[in-house]
Formats: sequence, structure tokens, C-alpha cells
Amino acid sequence: MARTFTEGSKAVAETVKLCRPNVIAAYPITPQTHISEELAQMVANGELKAEYVTVESEFAAASVVLGASATGARTYTATSSQGLLLMTEVLFNISGMRLPVVMTCANRAVSSPINIWNDQQDSISVRDAGWVQLYAEDIQEASDLHLQAFRIAEHPEVLLPVMVCMDGFILTHAYEPVDLIEQKEADAFLPPYQPQYYLTPKNPITFGAMMGPESYMEARCQLDRALWGSARIVEEVAKEFKKRFGRFQGALVDTYCIEGAEIVLVAMGSVISTIKEAIDLLRKEGVKVGLLKVRCFRPFPREAIKEALVGAREVLAIDRAFSPGSGGVLATEIRAALQDVKKAPEIKGHIVGLGGREISVETIINIVKDRKAVGREDRFVDLKEALLK
Amino acid sequence: MIEIRIHGRGGQGIVTSGELIGFAAFSDGKYAQAYPSFGSERMGSPVTTYVRIDDRPIRTRTLIYNPDFIIIQDSTLLATEPVLDGLKPKGLVLVNTKKSADALGLDLNSRVLTIPAAELAMEALGRPIVNTTILGAFAAASGAISLEGIRSALEHRFTKELAEKNLKAATKGYNFVKEKKQ
Repeated sequence: MARTFTEGSKAVAETVKLCRPNVIAAYPITPQTHISEELAQMVANGELKAEYVTVESEFAAASVVLGASATGARTYTATSSQGLLLMTEVLFNISGMRLPVVMTCANRAVSSPINIWNDQQDSISVRDAGWVQLYAEDIQEASDLHLQAFRIAEHPEVLLPVMVCMDGFILTHAYEPVDLIEQKEADAFLPPYQPQYYLTPKNPITFGAMMGPESYMEARCQLDRALWGSARIVEEVAKEFKKRFGRFQGALVDTYCIEGAEIVLVAMGSVISTIKEAIDLLRKEGVKVGLLKVRCFRPFPREAIKEALVGAREVLAIDRAFSPGSGGVLATEIRAALQDVKKAPEIKGHIVGLGGREISVETIINIVKDRKAVGREDRFVDLKEALLK
Repeated sequence: MIEIRIHGRGGQGIVTSGELIGFAAFSDGKYAQAYPSFGSERMGSPVTTYVRIDDRPIRTRTLIYNPDFIIIQDSTLLATEPVLDGLKPKGLVLVNTKKSADALGLDLNSRVLTIPAAELAMEALGRPIVNTTILGAFAAASGAISLEGIRSALEHRFTKELAEKNLKAATKGYNFVKEKKQ
């Protein structure tokens, strides 16, 4: 293990390299670009023995990793925003064919209006695509999650694609100290992919064939069961990672100062670190506030969330994306998870940081202090009223 | 925690400055975070980079509103951008200009230092690339990073030849401030 000071995108590219992907296909889009550039350079320099396929669009990138994965290759791609949405059709095919593709989503807002800055509308919008979705709090976690992602995806009981979500710019373009794993250690943690079924002329089979009303529903049900089942593997892999490398930033969820907390904030991604700072300040003032970090959003860890939130009086959900005409997605799903809990905490939804709007420590402190003003409707935080007129 | 804000223009190596200060602090044995402001980087447009240095891991990921140090790589920004906003009392502003600090006429409750970085960089690099010269001056003026840390950062970031040249530039900046202090 070697500690260095590096950019989030570089740390991720280094870790992807350690995973020895056979095929990489990606189309550059801000803020994902540095990741795909770094990997392209590693392949060009001969440091990474992989096929790097330059493609004409994200649709093609996703199609290439689908095809390559179906031949039994370990595959990787990365994208953001419109790029992820352009991949949408293929995303469903990848999970439907049960292909263990790993992708980085460098989270970015979605057009229109065009905006290159961070929120999580892109990955949240494809939450129904049948992928495992993991959200990183910092660069270390973003980097470590990729090694874990391949293990989860390729597990014989899972065989599903995994999307590692890291906040664009905030994590992709920031520099921090990062512990990078040695190749030998990575190889011991992540052995070569052993596909059970794959395309080969020696044994012709087909993937993604037509299934009519007599069997389609069962295939969809199996996908659902596999995705729910992946929760156990996400936990197992996080624990084994901790044993080997000494780092643990949560499995399905993680908590901070949640013991005896009357108010619990729930969030995903890089805002977690800022919330921790705010909690330290609020605790000094005697406010009994804690944090539940949702690290795995798909499968949605209902039981772990319930367990963490039972006993709280108020839950403040922090969403960096929303469903127009409905509300904060995390808020909505937490409400659903707690609906059968007796004396369930009151759940208030907050939509923050869209399109790169700054979320300061004060933003979080104000959310906690102003919580009484929030009603049943999820609240857009720090709106500029003058611009709404 | 020490917070630093660097202002310059696209093409002046502002993002690299942040990375180099962060790496220098890291190799001095501290925790660091460097975070460029993004989106509108074009040649000549105002660009900002934020750097934090601390003895413990840094969690906060917000922009820097109340910096201890402000580095201004292009002094024309003083007239057009709110580059001095939020400077902590008794902070330090380091400006790249041939003018003296008094001639800038900044009304601040803080130390203002000026450095003719373009001239010094020309002597060391043969090109008016000012960021590494300013880094050296910043190390001398702030004590936040060491010249040795800058050396490690340059060796990490650049080829041997380029690192050596830039270290020469950084040393010129460093000595300029040290001599000025006496």
C-alpha cells in the first residue's frame, strides 16, 4: 500500500488498472473525462494490457462493453449525465443479460438547462435499470469501491452490473491523499473473472433472446431476486476488504453519531463529509443529531435503514436529485421503508445542491435548525426567490 | 486548518499551483486537499483554486470563504473580481506585480506582499510562467509549506529537467521574499 496525493479521477483510473479489465470502452464527457483519458494513456503506454475501444458515442461504449462482457471479458466503462442517459437502453440490456460490467458514473446534472456541474440526477434517473448502485463519500472510497465492484458484479450469485457513483468535480477533480493498493494485493482480492456462460464459437449460445408472456416475467423476477441478493455480497465484500486493507467506510449503509440521535440526516455521496462537519458543530451546541449514510442505493437497503432510523424522532432526507412532480427520491424511498414501523420518525425531504449549487456546512446546519418550517412537501434548499419570479 | 485561495487566469497554471501546494504539504507530512473551481476555464478567464492544509484528515468539501492566504497570480483581477473577499484579519495577500505593496493601495487589515514573478520566472525558466516562482514566494511568506516540499511536488509532477528548472524558479521566489523581509 502506498499513500500518494492525487486527483480523484487518477486514483480511480489507477484502481481500475489494478482490476485488470480486458476491455474498456468510453466516450469522453465532462466531468468523467480525466478517468477515460488516464486509462487510454495507460493502455497506449503498455502499462495496462487491455483493449481500449474508442467509440463514437456513449450508446456505442455501452454496447461494446455489453458485447465484450458476453464473451467472458472483464469490462469497464465510465460516463456522466447525458452520456449515461444515452446509454439507458443498453443499461437495461446489460443487467437483463446478467453481465458483470462495472461503470463509473461521475455524477453530473442533466440538461436542459445545460449544466456541467454536480448533482445526482443522472444515476438516480436510471435507478430502475437493474444495476447495483454504490455512492462514494470521498476519493479513497471512490477508488476502493471499484475493486469491490468487480468482486460484487462477478459473484456467481450476483452476475449483475455495478455502477460506482462519485460526485463530479467535487470528487473527480479534487486532490486528496489516497492509499493505493499494490497489484499483488489487488490480484489476491480480485481473481480473474470465471464466466459461467459466455459467447464462443465452440459452444454457440445466445444472450438476450426473446422471451414471450410465458417466461419474460420470470426472467424479470430473477433479476429482482439477484439484485436483492446482492445486498449480502455487498456486505461480505466490504468486510473482506476491511480485513485485507484495513479500510471500511460502510457496507450497505454507515452511521455517524447516531447513538441517541433524535434527528438523523440521511444522504449519499460527497455531501456526507460536509454533514459530518456540521454534526460536530451542532453536537457542541447540544443538538442531538446524527447521520445515516446510504452507500448502496440499489438494492435499497430497507432493513439496514429501518434499523438505523428506529428510535429517531425526526429524519431529514438530503437529496441531490428529485423526481419532478413527486419529490426527493431518497426521501420517498425512506418513507416507504419506514411505513410499517410503529412510532415511525417524521420524515422531511430536502432537495439540495442541484447543478453544482454549493452545499456549505451552514446549509446543513440551517436544514437542521429550520426543520420545523418544512411541511409534507420536500423543500428546495437555498433557493434564490428573486429568480423564481 | 490553513485555507488558501489562488486567483489567476486560465492558462496560468492555477490548477497546477493548487495541486503543487497540496502535494508539498502532503510531503511535509500534513493532510491536504486541493480543489479547482471549474466550468468556465478558458484561456484568460478568471480561475480560482482552493487548498486546505491540516494536521488531521480534511472532511469539508465546500469552497473557501474565509481564507488565511490569498495568492493573486494576475494583479488585473484586483480591479475586476472580488478576489480579496473574506480574507481573515491578519491574513496574507501575495500579489504577482512589479508594483510595491503600498502602490497597490489595498485597504486591508492584513499583510500584503508583492513579487515581480514574471521577471524572476524569465531568469529561471526563460518564459514568463509565474506559478512556480509564486509558490516559492508563498512558502517563504507563509511558512505553510517548505521549499523541500515544493521540490518533492515538482519532482512528482514534472520530468526531471522541468522539475529542476521550476525548482530554480521557486527558489528565486523564496529568496526574494526572504531577502525582502530583512
